[in-house]
Amino acid sequence: MHETLPRSFQVGLAGYYLLCAGLNFGFAHFYMNRPKLRLAWAISGFIFALHTIVYLLTAATNPELGPVIPHVIVDTTNRIFDHIWGPILYFVGSCVGFAALLYWRKQLTEPTVAIAFLKITLFISGWSMTNPDFRSIITKADNVPIVMLMFTVGFFTWFGLRRAVINDELIAQNKPVLEKDDEKVLVWPDLVYTELICMIIATAVLVVWSIALEAPLEQPATNAKAPNPSKAPWYFLGLQEMLVYFDPWMAGVVLPTMIIIGLIAIPYIDFNPKGNGYYTFKERPFAVTTFLFGFLVLWVVLIVLGTLLRGPNWNFFAPFEYWDPHKVVPLNNVNLSELFWLGVVGDPTFLREGGSIGSIIIRESPGILLTAIYMLALPPILARTVFRNYFIKMGFLRYFMLITLLQFMASLPIKMVLRWVINLKYIVYIPEYFFNI
Amino acid sequence: MSVGDFIRNSQIWKSIFRHPAPRDRRNRVVVVLTNVFLHLHPVSVRKSGIALSYTWCMGGLTFFLFLVETVTGVLLMFYYRPTLEHAYNDILALRDVTTLGVLREMHRWGAHAMVIAIWLHMYRVFLTGSYKPPREFNWSVGVILLVLTLLLSFTGYLLPWDQLAIWAITVGSNMARATPLVGHEGPFASLLTIGDAPLIHSGSDARFLLLGGRFVSGDTLLRFYVLHCVAIPLVVAMLIAVHFWRVRKDGGISGAL
Ligand code: HEM
Repeated sequence: MHETLPRSFQVGLAGYYLLCAGLNFGFAHFYMNRPKLRLAWAISGFIFALHTIVYLLTAATNPELGPVIPHVIVDTTNRIFDHIWGPILYFVGSCVGFAALLYWRKQLTEPTVAIAFLKITLFISGWSMTNPDFRSIITKADNVPIVMLMFTVGFFTWFGLRRAVINDELIAQNKPVLEKDDEKVLVWPDLVYTELICMIIATAVLVVWSIALEAPLEQPATNAKAPNPSKAPWYFLGLQEMLVYFDPWMAGVVLPTMIIIGLIAIPYIDFNPKGNGYYTFKERPFAVTTFLFGFLVLWVVLIVLGTLLRGPNWNFFAPFEYWDPHKVVPLNNVNLSELFWLGVVGDPTFLREGGSIGSIIIRESPGILLTAIYMLALPPILARTVFRNYFIKMGFLRYFMLITLLQFMASLPIKMVLRWVINLKYIVYIPEYFFNI
Repeated sequence: MSVGDFIRNSQIWKSIFRHPAPRDRRNRVVVVLTNVFLHLHPVSVRKSGIALSYTWCMGGLTFFLFLVETVTGVLLMFYYRPTLEHAYNDILALRDVTTLGVLREMHRWGAHAMVIAIWLHMYRVFLTGSYKPPREFNWSVGVILLVLTLLLSFTGYLLPWDQLAIWAITVGSNMARATPLVGHEGPFASLLTIGDAPLIHSGSDARFLLLGGRFVSGDTLLRFYVLHCVAIPLVVAMLIAVHFWRVRKDGGISGAL
């Protein structure tokens, strides 16, 4: 069984598909002199246009019929997804996608590939919207910026990488990069008119957006009843997601501080003089990969996760899943000290809480030792091996900064993997002083 | 004589714009030099530096959205009173009664858009390596602007005083009580004592400072209102001035040499 789509919504979908069809015919026109591609874009344009017609017809006659096909498919994928979807697949999948994007950037940023990708996304989005659970989350007024974020970040990632690929080829052939030119123009008219046009477009978009979409206003505030889930504003949901793996003092204080310090430090750490003022990947692979991983995977991907896929009790929900407040997810996480004293040694005497500082240190010695190795021993080891060249070129202070920042950045994925693989809760667990890592 | 020429030759026009229409090279230079707003710009720029394919116009868009927020924000202040009694109802009235209630939508969606625009601006500056010498310092100024922009958005989120608002702020500000040493549930805060009395407790810690109380209350509303409408915007405006000044002093928008 499926719910009927409201009639007005079917008309909206028809309009959406019409826009997509127009986009496709536009591409077809653009690829005039490449018959095969032109045909492909035209065919997909017709498919989109067909959707428009079907939805218009069903909306006009019998709205019950409209969503049948998409529904069957969405429901089926839903059932398959339900079993395999989870934070693990989502996050690991994003990492794999990210690696693939950088490795095959030349092929993947090819305009035809990018356009095909865009169309598949539009197509899937349209079909997904027929699912009531997906729709209710996506169309929440405050979630609309997330959709904008996903599309703009996607577009500009493609755009930047594309320019980088082209520039890298130009550099390899000893030709000047795309940004190279010595022509100067006057600010009036060249710049002021660009600015004026940008302002007019931005104003128009904002006015239409404001008239079309009402700003949310829920029930008056009361301290008595917390909504479930209680979410921070969307731009902080990456941080809120980190609360799954870290205590508030790490996720909410230390890591954000390190992000800010790290961002400020970037120009002072990155000693590579190349790639200043033009897009490039090959001339600064390490810097670009690290920043992109931080921005795309650890920031944007986690925000999307926190906004769209985290429901009541901060449980994970697949995109087409109903947000059931009674969903039970068993929590059987253990601390490293328990793993060690119970699992390895088999003697719980040292596990007692609330003793002297000495006994706490003994209890948590495995975690403290591992953390000490990670924070203190790893940097010099890396300086002699993997990062030897960097260390020599950067000098002690820069290297120290870089490694510290990388350690904090890596701590999140490390904690994630430990949680998924051995159900680890805390590496160091000292509740006596609120010091849990 | 056409109407345009008539206006341009009038004493009023000439008293405002001290040069003929910017139709030739000389006057196109003078127009930028003599106008305090246009004078944010240099007189001439490298063509590739202002190309949309280079800047994505995101810095400019961020600035424009900041201006939109300032204008709509000032207008909203005429309608909104930051007290427990009035806050929610004033917002409700903006939706149901006030003629230009759409200002609230513009302010809210503009704020979201500004957050996205500033991220994309940073993304572009990184991808073109424009933070490299001599522009290191301006990048740092930018990061501070980024933090302040998020704080602006965050403080504004509370003002409608609905369930969405107070719980989002509660979730966000709960972090502050876990600050190491200065949050009452933060690591090692319990080590700070005067004699036997703890120095850091729920009535003296970082969260108390932020909220003006032990939980989100009317005092928090006032505090966030002042931060949102006065304190942070002033600092942001000042830093934007520094930012633009430095773009020019660091040799204009970056580009391949
Ligand atoms: C309120 C926030 C901000 C405003 C209004 C702003 C505005 C601008 C504008 C208009 C430019 C000229 C070039 C362009 O549009 O790309 C610029 C350049 C620059 N911005 Fe920002 N920006 C802001 C925040 C930031 C942030 C968050 C960063 C980085 C973390 C940053 C770093 C820079 C740098 C390094 C330049 C010089 C780029 C070059 O020469 O190519 N800015 N900014």
